[in-house]
Amino acid sequence: MATSLRWPRLLLTALLLALFAFAIFGPLANLLLWAFAEKWYFPSKLPSEFGFAFWRRVFNPRGNALASLGTSVWIAVLTVVVSLAVAIPAGYALARLRLPWRSAILLLFLLPQAVPNLPIYVNIARVFYEVGLNGTVTGVVLVHAAHGLVLAVWIASAAFAAVDASLDEAARNLGATPWTCFRTITLPLAAPGLMASAIFVFLESLDEFTGTYFVGVPDVTTLPLLMFNASMGGNYQIASITALLLLVPSIGFMLVVERFLKADVLAMVGR
Amino acid sequence: MAGLALVAPALAIVVAFFIVPLGISFALAFRGKDGRFTLEHFAKAFDLYTTDLVFTLAIVLLASALIAIVAIAIAGYLTLGENPRAVAVLRWLYRWPLFIPFVVTGQVMRTFLAKNGMLNHVLIGAGLLEPLAAQSLLDWRGIVVAFVWKQAPFVTLLVAGAMASLERGHIEAARNLGAPRWRVLWDIVLPQVRGTVLVGIVLSFVTMLSVLSVPLMINPNSPTMITVDVAYRINTHSDYAVANALCLLSLLVAASGAWFYLRHAARSAETG
Repeated sequence: MATSLRWPRLLLTALLLALFAFAIFGPLANLLLWAFAEKWYFPSKLPSEFGFAFWRRVFNPRGNALASLGTSVWIAVLTVVVSLAVAIPAGYALARLRLPWRSAILLLFLLPQAVPNLPIYVNIARVFYEVGLNGTVTGVVLVHAAHGLVLAVWIASAAFAAVDASLDEAARNLGATPWTCFRTITLPLAAPGLMASAIFVFLESLDEFTGTYFVGVPDVTTLPLLMFNASMGGNYQIASITALLLLVPSIGFMLVVERFLKADVLAMVGR
Repeated sequence: MAGLALVAPALAIVVAFFIVPLGISFALAFRGKDGRFTLEHFAKAFDLYTTDLVFTLAIVLLASALIAIVAIAIAGYLTLGENPRAVAVLRWLYRWPLFIPFVVTGQVMRTFLAKNGMLNHVLIGAGLLEPLAAQSLLDWRGIVVAFVWKQAPFVTLLVAGAMASLERGHIEAARNLGAPRWRVLWDIVLPQVRGTVLVGIVLSFVTMLSVLSVPLMINPNSPTMITVDVAYRINTHSDYAVANALCLLSLLVAASGAWFYLRHAARSAETG
């Protein structure tokens, strides 16, 4: 009985896995085809010519794709700096210090993740327009940081909570100042978790569309906006190549995320 | 007090760039030309966009349900699967879309689900579809597919993590008593991870409600999602009043979901 059931079941498992693999990779494969298609006419199944002509256009030093990539990376770096500069002290305080209204503060840091962001972006754009921040890198960084900050605070707080507090106490008993303790013990031990939150914030900013769409116009064109404009303009090659550029960091992070976010830190998120 | 000083800068940013704009949204949605309280913007919003409100709600609910089913099925197999190789392959496969941005998902699906896209070609090639019957899926179906493709891995990650930390003893005991795997999943595993499933679904629900790029790229024409209408009211008419009324309506929908979420988070913060 067991052996007669085994083969059909194995076959079924393999078939289901193959279908699932198609569901995951089929769309990505279609994107790859478009990125290298020189000519692709309806209704042929595959492009009639492959080539790099569109890649040369995208990577043309005077083209706007490289400029957008530069803008995107610069905005993401600034967003990480701003977010972590305020999230590290906040996370430390939430994890280690006695705080009045601690759960209320944690909830407040949760709200931006639990509420649709469209009304926020729309009205920030309106205010920024009046004070001249619309269409500036500063404006976009502020919007990205306000959103990235939330994740950063939660992960930073979890990372600090996962560091054994008795190490700190031992150093304090030996006469170290709180600042020395933080700098030489707690911060280095929490570093992998903080690194993870930095990467999260970086990726969120790099991929962000809606906020930039409202606040960045007309002068700040990040890579997602460039991709969107190319796609809506019907230029699928440029859109697909730009999409591939955006995929590289996303997939790279997906492959290494567990190295930075250990289970002990994950278990402390939201505590 | 030192603690508050350390939290203050982060709080200030959240208040300035989140709470204040939210307040402005309320003010603009309820304020008439004469500065007095009015509901006329909501009346206009319902007048013009009732179909789109229903369309949005239907799409997001359908996508949430499908995400829950897919996530529970994958996480369940990862937990209860008996073929270690199949489990390893599935674990490697499912997370690819995890960090892919929505705007890229929109572009990917725009080509994949088109009339001349890869999905139709493969179905025709496999003999499952007549070439003349091929149609574009770039309407409400495309939005749902894009949402599920992008969000299901996220919920799966959460749910699989919760399932992995369960007591294996109960599962083994039930299996030894001869319970089939789907019964173990339904009767023993699922009740214990209900909270995690709920949190994942509510987070996805709220996220999908505020995604602009996917509906804009896949299905920009009426009926469409509320986010597209908001962008249209602002970019074409500079009509912040009706745009904010629409925003608040989708906020109301999200709030019902977020209420579940916050209640669960508050409860686990107390017990944790």
